Amino acid sequence: MAVCIAVIAKENYPLYIRSVPTQGELKFHYTVHTSLDVVEEKISGVGKALADQRELYLGLLYPTEDYKVYGYMTNSKVKFVIVVDSSNTSLRDNEIRSMFRKLHNSFTDVMCNPFYNPGDPIQSKAFDSIVSTMMVQAF
Amino acid sequence: MRKHYSVFFLLITFFSFFHFHHALMCFLKERVTCVSTLELMGFRVGQGLIERFTKDCPTFKEDLDIMKFLCKDLWSTIFRKQIDNLRTNHQGTYVLQDNKFALLTQFSTGKQYLEEAPKYLAFSCGLIRGALSNLGLESVVTAEVSLMPSCKFQVVIQKL
Repeated sequence: MAVCIAVIAKENYPLYIRSVPTQGELKFHYTVHTSLDVVEEKISGVGKALADQRELYLGLLYPTEDYKVYGYMTNSKVKFVIVVDSSNTSLRDNEIRSMFRKLHNSFTDVMCNPFYNPGDPIQSKAFDSIVSTMMVQAF
Repeated sequence: MRKHYSVFFLLITFFSFFHFHHALMCFLKERVTCVSTLELMGFRVGQGLIERFTKDCPTFKEDLDIMKFLCKDLWSTIFRKQIDNLRTNHQGTYVLQDNKFALLTQFSTGKQYLEEAPKYLAFSCGLIRGALSNLGLESVVTAEVSLMPSCKFQVVIQKL
């Protein structure tokens, strides 16, 4: 269960950020912003290593004492960032991958919506509900 | 499952695409705005299609890989055949040749109706441009027809 989910455009501005409201939103914005540097590093690093198959899933970007940040980049250079509570150790890699898969599917649907202009903030209700299922339930 | 659904949907709309395309032509009568409007439509559709079709692909290593993907996978999904010939000067210019372009086969096999062809190629030019734009390559796409139903798309990648 994620604490914060963000979708970032290829020009590195956020298309969608949603975080658990009980905690400071600004902190999550900052965390997501700093994670972008790590994403760039991973992308350019893989190129030099000449990996056979470049995966879209980037894995754990960096752990802080409270949170773990995971990244994923699509072929259209749109990045997804998921922030998870560190204390939640039961969350396995496969589950994170499936969360990204669901996010990507939902984002593809948003992209194919003729009323959506690429580059605009995402306001789709369907996308919101997919994200809600993946966020920690706030009480 | 989702992937099959979208391909199925595409196949269904493919048959009516010709008629829709032609109806659109008749609707947009003015030549100049017609071509640019169609191109813009193709651009937006290209962006969406690429998002859907590259969902399960690994990241592309270089421009040539992107062009090959366009010629093989994208073209065969949309037009049910691959591009017949891809040429490049390795400096950002690519020429895609389709010897039996699906949107032109119903016109003629020769030089008849040659002057009507550009309108029918505008959408596909936009499609290519939109697809490349979403993959990170800004380009200028033009098409030329000298002998129906074969046509050539010229793609010039804009380097910043």
